[in-house]
Amino acid sequence: MSDQRPDAHQRSRTIDFALKTYLLIGYAFVFAPIAASFVFSFNSDRFPSIPLGSFSMDWYRAVATDPLVWEGLRNTLLVGTVVAVISTALGFGAAYTDYRYKFFGKQAYMALALLPPTIPVVILGLAMLAFLSRVDLAGNAFAVIISHVVICAPFAMALTRLRLSQMDASLEAAAWNLGASEWAAMRHVIIPFTAPAILGALFITAAVSFDEFAVAWFVSGLNETLPVKVLGFLQGQVSPRINAIGTFVFVTSMTLVIVAQVLLTGRGAKAQKAALEEE
Amino acid sequence: MRRSVSLYGLTFSLPLLLWQLVFFVSPLCFLVALSFWTVKNFRMQPDFDTINWVTMYGRSVFWMAYAKTMAMASFAAVLTSVLAFPLSYAAAFKLSETARRWAVFLMVIPFFTSYLVRVYSWQIFLSDAGIINVMLGWIGLGPFHLLNTVGATMVGYLTLAFPLVVLLQMFSLVFVDRTLIEAAHNLRSGRIRTVFAVVIPSARVGLVIAALFCFILSFGDFVSPIYLGGGDPTTLSILITDTTKSGQQWPRAAVIAITMIITLLAVAFMAVRFAYKGRTK
Repeated sequence: MSDQRPDAHQRSRTIDFALKTYLLIGYAFVFAPIAASFVFSFNSDRFPSIPLGSFSMDWYRAVATDPLVWEGLRNTLLVGTVVAVISTALGFGAAYTDYRYKFFGKQAYMALALLPPTIPVVILGLAMLAFLSRVDLAGNAFAVIISHVVICAPFAMALTRLRLSQMDASLEAAAWNLGASEWAAMRHVIIPFTAPAILGALFITAAVSFDEFAVAWFVSGLNETLPVKVLGFLQGQVSPRINAIGTFVFVTSMTLVIVAQVLLTGRGAKAQKAALEEE
Repeated sequence: MRRSVSLYGLTFSLPLLLWQLVFFVSPLCFLVALSFWTVKNFRMQPDFDTINWVTMYGRSVFWMAYAKTMAMASFAAVLTSVLAFPLSYAAAFKLSETARRWAVFLMVIPFFTSYLVRVYSWQIFLSDAGIINVMLGWIGLGPFHLLNTVGATMVGYLTLAFPLVVLLQMFSLVFVDRTLIEAAHNLRSGRIRTVFAVVIPSARVGLVIAALFCFILSFGDFVSPIYLGGGDPTTLSILITDTTKSGQQWPRAAVIAITMIITLLAVAFMAVRFAYKGRTK
């Protein structure tokens, strides 16, 4: 138990080294499948393994000439865009409600606004499929949009709420005192201040929708999105085409996320600086 | 602050409420009703019959799946927490501010890669002629049968939950009061003892919540058990997808789904109670 003072320093360095090595191994585990998918998407072998075959773009060509993949991509983009807009609008409203109002049942309201992502997707998928086919909405892109908004709106709400909590609460009241109506204060104070979060939420929700496959698989019917196609590939002839699609989707999603990140930090910092200068 | 209900306020608060009531709460409630419907001649009929519950609960297959899913998800929660802890600890206490920000950023990236693609990628590593067996072959070992085993399913669960668990653990460890740790050292408490007696209790809420999320994710995942575990043992999620996708036995699938939700609620309730046990806050 007793720390030997003279070599305590030495011991601590050994432990630090061990911990940091472990850290690197952990990250290697997380990134191994991502990196492998990237590498093997350019590999010629039908059954990917090492040693690597030759460099080839065959899988990208196979994917690019598959009309079903294009159809899936079209559906994904359409669904993603609509989902991003609706869930960001809904999430913004909920975040503003939480920011400004106190009311009876607010906890229930917030639970409803945040709970959906914690429900397992198989259960959500089954519930959505059963319910939407009852009201004749299942089996088309609408069904996917409806279900994805349920899952994505909480993310938009969390992002906007975070931004609102950075806002000086008296700003809005100041606008009212200066004679602005509630609508005008919203238009000229709240929305400009939360603009980076709104844009960020648009991109993040689009990215979440891009990768969601389970609920979409349940409700989409013939209008499959790209991730549902990937699930199909996984079930059928396992082929490195998955890697090509995966790499493509990864690059798209990361672009969206990085753009969102730049908007969230860059614009936010600029706005804060501008606000400080005005003071 | 004006508190009266106004058109203005409702414009912002109602849309989400309505959407989640209609498209989230109703489907879940409908699921409960559906579990009492009957299937005759391959057609579902509105009914109030407990036949689905009786049939499903009377099947040993169902209870086997239940027990195995419970066991696998619990094991995944413990395994992921134990494997993630040293990493989160290192990131929280041994990295500089900048390095830690990078560590967080890198752990967020997996959330934006397709889980399916990562699972397929693990097949490349684990298959009989896959990367790991080739590498083992270089030192004269193997080949081992790695794919379609419970171990492979665990790799899948780790892929799914590890980044989230690390992030949650990291955030709770960062907020551990450093003076407590120094006090423990001054009282001549050894390193390991300090971790178990001071750090882990202080970060308990975050650590338990992280394990809970891992349990929830693993409990409901059907991709890893099928595509890495080979569908054996059958988990509840596999039962749901099979029952739903092959024909009109949705009422029975609903029984499984409701059982899963009740189980998850019970586990979540116990975990949260345990996490906040003895806290006055």
